[in-house]
Amino acid sequence: MTKAITPHELDAVPEVTRLATGERGGVPGVKSEADRPADPHELRDDQVDGPELTARLARTWGTEKGLIGVLSTVDHKVIGRRYIITAIIFLFLGGLSAVVMRLQLAQPENSLVGPDLYNQLFTMHGTTMMFLFGVPIGEAFAVYLVPLMVGTRNIAFPRLNAFSYYVYLFGGFMIWVAFMLNIGPDVGWFAYVPLSGPEFSPGKRADVWAQMITFTEVSGIAVAISIVVTVFKLRAPGMTLDRIPLFVWAELINSFVIIFALPAVVTASAFLLMDRLVGTHIFNPAEGGDALLYQHLFWFFGHPEVYIIFLPATGWVSAIVVTFARRQAFGYIALVLSLIATGFLSFGLWVHHMFTTGLPQLGASFFTASSMLIAIPNGIQIFCWIATLWDGRPVFRTPLLFVIGFFFIFVAGGLSGIMLASVPLDSQVHDTFFVVAHFHYVLIGGNVFPLIGAIYYWFPKFTGRMMSERLGKWHFGLAFISFNVAFFPMHITGLMGMPRRVYTYLPEMGWANLNLISTIGALVFFGSFVLFLYNILSSARRGPLAGPNPWNAGTLEWASASPPMPQNFDRIPVVTNREPLWAHREALPVVAGLSVENREQIVSTVTAGRADLRETTPEPSIWPFLAAVATTILFIGSMFTPWAFVWGTPPLALALIGWFWPKPSTEDER
Amino acid sequence: MKRVAPLLFIVTLPLAGCQGWQSALDAQGPAASALAGMFWIFVSVLGTVWLLTMAALLLSLRRRRPAHADPLATDPRTERRMTITISIAIGLTLVTVIGLTGLSYAAQKALFSHKDGALTLMVTGQQWWWKITYEDEQPSRVFTTANEIHIPVGEPVLIKLEASDVIHSFWVPNLTGKMDAIPGRQNQLQIQADRPGVYRGQCAEFCGLQHAHMGMLIIAEAKDDFERWRSHQISSAIPPDDPERQRGMEVFLSKPCVMCHQVRGTDAGGKVAPDLTHVGSRRYIGAGTLETTRGNIAAWIIDPHGVKPGVNMPTIQLEPDEVQPLARYLEGLK
Repeated sequence: MTKAITPHELDAVPEVTRLATGERGGVPGVKSEADRPADPHELRDDQVDGPELTARLARTWGTEKGLIGVLSTVDHKVIGRRYIITAIIFLFLGGLSAVVMRLQLAQPENSLVGPDLYNQLFTMHGTTMMFLFGVPIGEAFAVYLVPLMVGTRNIAFPRLNAFSYYVYLFGGFMIWVAFMLNIGPDVGWFAYVPLSGPEFSPGKRADVWAQMITFTEVSGIAVAISIVVTVFKLRAPGMTLDRIPLFVWAELINSFVIIFALPAVVTASAFLLMDRLVGTHIFNPAEGGDALLYQHLFWFFGHPEVYIIFLPATGWVSAIVVTFARRQAFGYIALVLSLIATGFLSFGLWVHHMFTTGLPQLGASFFTASSMLIAIPNGIQIFCWIATLWDGRPVFRTPLLFVIGFFFIFVAGGLSGIMLASVPLDSQVHDTFFVVAHFHYVLIGGNVFPLIGAIYYWFPKFTGRMMSERLGKWHFGLAFISFNVAFFPMHITGLMGMPRRVYTYLPEMGWANLNLISTIGALVFFGSFVLFLYNILSSARRGPLAGPNPWNAGTLEWASASPPMPQNFDRIPVVTNREPLWAHREALPVVAGLSVENREQIVSTVTAGRADLRETTPEPSIWPFLAAVATTILFIGSMFTPWAFVWGTPPLALALIGWFWPKPSTEDER
Repeated sequence: MKRVAPLLFIVTLPLAGCQGWQSALDAQGPAASALAGMFWIFVSVLGTVWLLTMAALLLSLRRRRPAHADPLATDPRTERRMTITISIAIGLTLVTVIGLTGLSYAAQKALFSHKDGALTLMVTGQQWWWKITYEDEQPSRVFTTANEIHIPVGEPVLIKLEASDVIHSFWVPNLTGKMDAIPGRQNQLQIQADRPGVYRGQCAEFCGLQHAHMGMLIIAEAKDDFERWRSHQISSAIPPDDPERQRGMEVFLSKPCVMCHQVRGTDAGGKVAPDLTHVGSRRYIGAGTLETTRGNIAAWIIDPHGVKPGVNMPTIQLEPDEVQPLARYLEGLK
């Protein structure tokens, strides 16, 4: 599968010469770390070959057995797998809470759950889907796939990455345990003040929500930073900016949106906690505070959040469309620029969530224009994908089916979004079931359908086994039909006057039939996920073996074994094309010269992807886990007393000192 | 025919939304009509866009390449054709979006330019009911009621919106779009009904436990009927004349009811809960929760938390023989 690079290919990427041959390269006259002669005593990957190289690298990069080893791992694939599984567990929990809500709404004045539990349920549903599933699932796939797709051995800042997973896990665990103990938050996933303030939400429920935000945001930003640095600095030699896979582009833009959007909501939730805990009056109008300030802060994050959920999905769609259309992406540059435009525009839309708050009309109308405008980059993406399929030879496997489902549902949701962009129309449908229908079309259509496609698509890479195609097709049919049965009628229910977040309604409102249809659809839709789960579990044990590249795809992750070895690649590939495996069908060009005994990676330049440095990446460590435990204690303690910041900081500082303590033997000295 | 029936049902579903006392599509005022008209324009334009896109998608699923074609190979002519097609599609999308934005701006201008109306109401959202004050230049003609608004047909009515606790949203879809009531702020909204009728509204911003039971009625009636209603509402409650209702009044005045409720013309002067001076004339009690009947009033008094869990009204200890007179008294406050 691999071969050493030939002189012909060196012409395409002359800068790899240094690593391949030890000759000087790069910018003339500039000395770089990579020019440093290799330590003659250290075994390098041009000195061994074949199974021995694989085994030695696996030993260097592997995760140790035992509890300590498991908690210390910094392997992006292990962390990524945990991330994906955790996020999908939260997807199921969120779905279950939705099922209970739908059962309650199946008929008027139903008494299955009361208002208190119902309010907790929709808060948990929204919070779980947005913060514990929506944001993490995109990042989870990035953690697993981005290093593979850019051809490196681990994610940048792997310990930060491990830390972020534990913080996310503990935060999600905390809010669900609170819910189980009947102190779950009940103020909505948006927790508007003054309802969530100290006066109208006594007790700890709103604090649980606000602190969960802190957990997920800390972890979200940490992962985003790791991904940005991985994409910018750890790409395989030759992977210039215009050879970066579209999935990686989507995750890169997504990470930037996360980095810029999440601080706003952390500010909002921190202010809320201060109002609740130490008696500030930031949001208290009676004391000169402002309730609308909270909404601005929340939605300045909240609208980009929608794109944080959607952008990774564009990456899944691009990958699946290209592979199953059997044609390279049409309009690569246009697709990338659309992603960037979406990222920027997503910060200029937030006020369309606040059109009914009585803001000045001129200001509001600006946001009508910007909200309408985002249809353009999204339109470009849709058209480019259709063009790719048009000129391709579509292979109708389950991943592609789900992407086709995505087109039907997401485009419908995007178009109903145009109605919400209009201030006058929004004044009728805002906060009704019409909006519920709209954003489920956008989010389930725009994220969950591509996600399911992505799981069918990358499952062989994750596990080495194929998922059942027959069950997959059933799953698709069931999910597609039941989704529409559940959510299409909600458009009408909303227009007929049914507001959101009501735990019941009067019989004389005339909403009973439509709600019953939605409930039936929702139950079947949940059933389709049970089928999906069965397919995952049975295929993971008994599915046919996949081999490295079962779909005959073109990107680098398919060059590694299925599941990938700890080192990802025995030798780092050299990229000469956007779809390296299609350009080099027999053997992928590689560079040699990296250490076999140390965790050494190539650091490359940002634009040209020129190999620049050999650098070691951190060894496994238990400290990130301990730091996450200390962080959790601090965060949970600070819900009860501000003094938690005093006594909670020393353990965290201790954990961080352990984490960053210089390791003389392996990392820095050699 | 049997097979057609469910299909017909599905096809006519959207039409069901065209009627109803709380429906955005059953427009009964100029603002709601403009919005409904605009809604259908958006639906037809955007529906066409969706159909065209899906048609293109379905056509694109045909296989145009030979089985073993190089996935990296591209034909410059096809590339150029697709580039041109996509550019045209994007151009059309832009035109559509700009057109719809223009339409939206025009509607926005018309909707939010308030005409001078004869009548100004102050509506205060509270957990979980609506306090309604009819303003007037003469202080003696100002009065307060709850959860039921009467307006004269064909006249614009200005509504000033405030909230006393958390954020609520005033929404009567048959008449116009919604507007939030936010503590510390005052918003304004204009409603107008073209035809006499009873229209329902409901709080549209999640406001806590009983957000679901925070309804109100708008009763549009002819000018004369409205004036008659108004002068009656200004007047104090008429003292009961039969012994049972007198007993009911005694019960009312001797219990904690008076701490929160007002009945003008009696010693009950509480202002934190709905004014009950003419509660018997209102069609619903509990903010659109129960129809005003003697039985419902009794049920509400005996167990408010059974009807509306979490409501701010406490359960009052009453002797069994006190319930019936009290309910009769309140029912009689026409």
